[in-house]
Amino acid sequence: MEQTTDVYTPYHPRWLRPRVSTYWWLQKPAYLRFILREGSCMFVGWFTVYLLLLLDAVLEGPLAYEVFLAWSGTPWVLALNVVTLAFVVFHAITFFQAAPQAIVVRLGRTRVPPRAVLLGHYAGWVAVSAIVWFVLLGV
Amino acid sequence: MSNRIRLQIARYRPEQESEATFDEYEVPYTKEMAVLDGLNFVKDRLDGTLAYRWSCRMGICGSCGMDVNGEPKLTCATFLTDYAPGPVRIAPLRNFPVIRDLIVDIGDFMRKLVKIKPWIVRAAEKPLAEGEYRQTPEELEEYKQFSMCINCMLCYAACPIYGLDPKFIGPAVIALAQRYNLDNRDEGSAERMSVLSEHDGIWGCTFVGECTTVCPKHVDPAGAIQRYKLTAAVESMKSFFAPRGA
Repeated sequence: MEQTTDVYTPYHPRWLRPRVSTYWWLQKPAYLRFILREGSCMFVGWFTVYLLLLLDAVLEGPLAYEVFLAWSGTPWVLALNVVTLAFVVFHAITFFQAAPQAIVVRLGRTRVPPRAVLLGHYAGWVAVSAIVWFVLLGV
Repeated sequence: MSNRIRLQIARYRPEQESEATFDEYEVPYTKEMAVLDGLNFVKDRLDGTLAYRWSCRMGICGSCGMDVNGEPKLTCATFLTDYAPGPVRIAPLRNFPVIRDLIVDIGDFMRKLVKIKPWIVRAAEKPLAEGEYRQTPEELEEYKQFSMCINCMLCYAACPIYGLDPKFIGPAVIALAQRYNLDNRDEGSAERMSVLSEHDGIWGCTFVGECTTVCPKHVDPAGAIQRYKLTAAVESMKSFFAPRGA
């Protein structure tokens, strides 16, 4: 009966200290979303590396660019980039959803509604995409 | 005529057992009965040895926080009818040591709370003759949301970061620090910053956001922490580019 464990505290009864399960992130959908959001940064990192490789190929000349394009068309790179795109979109959306909680904007005496802050982020996203589109395609 | 519902209640009797077990009780309920009323029925009529904390029964005192079907809840504001046909599984709040049955020890929180000086800090008090410290409704609105915290610990129970690393100062302490930082009568934000900008302060938070979801008083601790991170980052940039005395 008298098992002395590290939970024993002098002058107190033995306190029970349940351990957090290794799989705590599977206990709630919200926890799983959090882990996916945090994990998605790996894919954001990969996109950055991929862009740098593209830039490097473009700078080296037409031949290197052709090689890069052929490599990008291989099934595994294609598959990786499709998964990456999904995670990057998930990352962006969850990041935008969180933004109004962190950014409190005031205009004079009134607080800009959190929804407006969220819409501002989406508007910024659309604007930047449009500029990139215009620069690349000129349409 | 009332319906009946089964309550599965966590029991931990340190003098008898080294692990928690669940005892089952059946209680009658009506639509206005909270989970806490169910516990009181058990205590009064079925098993007087059940131990749990409660006081005001109206979401003010913050004593009756428990884990109800896996979610941290104020049991006085959680209704049995919402869990019909049951069973309802009631356990102590997660992430805290259990003293007995549904009672947890929150000493860790109390020790952390004092560190951030949860009171109005003034460099010098003005003489009484000069009157009170006046405040406009807008100035009150700045911090009012964070002043609604009732220290119920639901946010700590929902925070996986606190569960994994108990050194993390935690959501409510940071929200309460913001309550005073954003109060225009207060002059203690620099002192609080030194505690909150430590590794186990705001930077421990990875923005899971569950603290805000479970908060029964809509305090939004996750928002408070992210706002404070922004403040801390701006302050550190300022001190980098324009060090004091330069």
